[in-house]
Amino acid sequence: MVDLLTIIISKYNYWGYIVLMMIGLYAMIVKKNLVKKIIGMSIFQTAIIFFYVSIGMKKNATIPIISHGHDGGEHAVHAVDFINPLPHVLMLTAIVVSVATLGVALALAIKIYQQYNSLEEDEIDSQIKVK
Amino acid sequence: MEDTSVPNIVTAVLADYRGYDTMFETAVIFSAGIACLFLLRQMKRKKTDFRLYRHTATGIIFRIEKGGKLPPTAKEFERIDGLWTPYDLIIKTTGRFIIPFIQIFALYVIAHGHHSPGGGFQGGVILGASFILFAISHDLRSALNRMSEKLTAFFYTLGVYIYAGTGALCILLGANFLDYSALATILFVDPVTARSHGILIVEIGVGIAVMAVMVILYYNLVSAGKFDEGL
Amino acid sequence: MSQHFPAFIIVIPLIAAFFIFTAGWLKRTYCFYIAAVALAISLFSSFGLLLQVLQNKVVVYHFGGWSPPWGIAYRVDYLNGIVLVVSAAIAFLNLIATKKSVEKEFIERVGPFYALYVLFVTGTMGIVVTGDAFNLYVLLEIASLTGYALIGMGTEHAALASLNYVFMGTIGASFYLLGIGYLYIATGSLNMFDIASILPNIFQSNVVLFAFVICLTGLFIKMALFPMHTWLPNAYTYSPSPAISLIAPLTTKVMVYVMIRILLSVFTPSFSFKSMAVNTSFVWLAVIAIVVGSILALSQQSLKRMLSYVMIAEIGYMVGGFWLANRAGITGAILHIINDAAMTLCVFLVAGNILYRVPGDSFDNLKGLFRKMPFSMGAFVVGALSIIGVPPTCGFFSKWYLITGGIAAGHYGFVAALLFSSLVNVVLFFRIFEIGYFEPFGDLHISGSMDEEEKTFDDAPLGMLVPLMIVAAGLIVLGIYTDTLVTKVIQFAIPGGIS
Repeated sequence: MVDLLTIIISKYNYWGYIVLMMIGLYAMIVKKNLVKKIIGMSIFQTAIIFFYVSIGMKKNATIPIISHGHDGGEHAVHAVDFINPLPHVLMLTAIVVSVATLGVALALAIKIYQQYNSLEEDEIDSQIKVK
Repeated sequence: MEDTSVPNIVTAVLADYRGYDTMFETAVIFSAGIACLFLLRQMKRKKTDFRLYRHTATGIIFRIEKGGKLPPTAKEFERIDGLWTPYDLIIKTTGRFIIPFIQIFALYVIAHGHHSPGGGFQGGVILGASFILFAISHDLRSALNRMSEKLTAFFYTLGVYIYAGTGALCILLGANFLDYSALATILFVDPVTARSHGILIVEIGVGIAVMAVMVILYYNLVSAGKFDEGL
Repeated sequence: MSQHFPAFIIVIPLIAAFFIFTAGWLKRTYCFYIAAVALAISLFSSFGLLLQVLQNKVVVYHFGGWSPPWGIAYRVDYLNGIVLVVSAAIAFLNLIATKKSVEKEFIERVGPFYALYVLFVTGTMGIVVTGDAFNLYVLLEIASLTGYALIGMGTEHAALASLNYVFMGTIGASFYLLGIGYLYIATGSLNMFDIASILPNIFQSNVVLFAFVICLTGLFIKMALFPMHTWLPNAYTYSPSPAISLIAPLTTKVMVYVMIRILLSVFTPSFSFKSMAVNTSFVWLAVIAIVVGSILALSQQSLKRMLSYVMIAEIGYMVGGFWLANRAGITGAILHIINDAAMTLCVFLVAGNILYRVPGDSFDNLKGLFRKMPFSMGAFVVGALSIIGVPPTCGFFSKWYLITGGIAAGHYGFVAALLFSSLVNVVLFFRIFEIGYFEPFGDLHISGSMDEEEKTFDDAPLGMLVPLMIVAAGLIVLGIYTDTLVTKVIQFAIPGGIS
């Protein structure tokens, strides 16, 4: 039991992202309103961004900006002092992609509303079956 | 640091080492803007649209169907939206005070991306947010007066041309695509500083493009493509 | 200049997309010509690249002058080269063939449509040519976003179908991104070949296993393998015809290519094919996909819907062939990527031609079309024969390799499923031939037309027919030259060590 508790507590960032991802998936699958599904999709993508950023962290490390600007060229830089910048770079791209997907999904939701006059999935389905 | 003379490692990696990814990221945001435009934009007005006008002196609201006559003395009547509230002093004045500072901060974030957290994307989003704040606190038509659709589309394409053009320029000057050290010959600096300048040019391009896309997305979504009424 | 071919393939359509968008505002007629020029340059560059690969075995291009693993590198070898040429050719032919269709449907949105078209081609070809795992994700998202928008502008329930596609596509791409993240934790690199060199030391760890599983799951969602195929029929049926004849041949096949690339180059075959249980279970999954796709196709009443279920079965062929894990099976899978892309283009172009003249595509509307549209239906016959698998069209040869591989691996269920689906395809397509040829043309439900004003129309205009004829001829040519293709190109794409 103590081992299990140690595992859960030491890897809390992984548990965090798993919980977020499951919440997002739950919202996408179970909820009937289209906007709630879109929000669930956004939560799901945010969980993955959270995961990437969390794997770049190191103990006692600071943000990856070398101080003393231009004139400190010979200033020896210890890579151990800085957190890993590559996940941050990748996640800038992923955030932009998630915003773009959100924009397209909302535009489609507006088109659906103009066509069916409702945003609830069961009302739309009943309209489709009648046709 | 020795390669690019840019202290902010994240910006250096984003715009130089993996600059190709950043160009595609700009293409992603560009295609999202075009997709929104493609899906929603309606050029012609439909038959069922109506417009609301309000007489300023008495507060009576008129409703004019399509094809109806506009009121004769336009000065006494102002066009209102479907969800209209009376002139709100607090919001409008606060907006007018804050928006210039937001824009200056956004430009600072773009330009200072080398030395502090920031860069093209972050600054572009803040700049776009300032325009959206203007559109929310006033109404959509006054925002369209200031930042019309054609102007936004111009900024949009300008931003991406700057990025891709820099890359193409590097090919024309002999090196591989997006190899900024080739810019050293035009800018008369050594190759390392040329990389730093190349990163700055590219970040400016990205910032402009992101700002324009945020604004276009907001315009399209809030007016469902018709560009005349909004929040 | 020719050393920059890998850059040209992607960058020139990208820049052209921006020009097209500007031209859409200023002068609409230029859009098509800019797009045509850009795609022609891409096609030419990909041919050039394939010739270079045939000479040098592999072509590497470093972006920004940084060598991997710091920077991004493109790496073109045999597998890449041939899929690139096929994608570029499909995009270019489709652009020319659908010019009239686009003008009829989207006249005031021509600028954004062509910009989205060219961006989709950029994304798809970038997926094929890249050698960096994260770059693949970004390009995948470009291709997906433009695909969502292109599908969303269709008829009837297009917006709802596209929104469902958005949800499932996002889940798929995010799972792939998650898998790449786990690989990055384990190896510290994002370049595919760099990862491949580091991985053999850590094959036993759980991280690599989890990355393997979740990458595959994401790819299976995006390639519409049963049971994650539910987005495909609706999305393909309701989308506008110029868009679907671009999206249908390319999207799912390129995802199969990505699966092959990841399994052969990143997780080398010694890891992917190690466990027989995994191989056979995936082949059974493919068998179920083939059977379900074929049976569901039988019950459809509309041409495009039936074709989309046939495509689900075709995906089953490719996935099953690959997981047979022997040389004939993998050859069949790669050959089928090329052949299936061409066949799908042929039949969807015919559907587009039919929809250009006739208001709907349910089977009632297809009556007597052989007399009215002889050339289009002739091309449809060639495409149908290829899907069924009749020599000398190309479909026969890829099925031959798949069946040989199935017998060599002892997986008779797969062989039986292939034969079953060939029979079902015979029934499907001969039913359409019968409706088109033998039924009289008279009673069509065209809105407003009475008996005295019989709508006389001819075949589709020449601009739509000529590329269709080129594609149909290409199916036969591909079939005849299969041997050259296999011995010169595909044989080297499969790493040694697989029997």
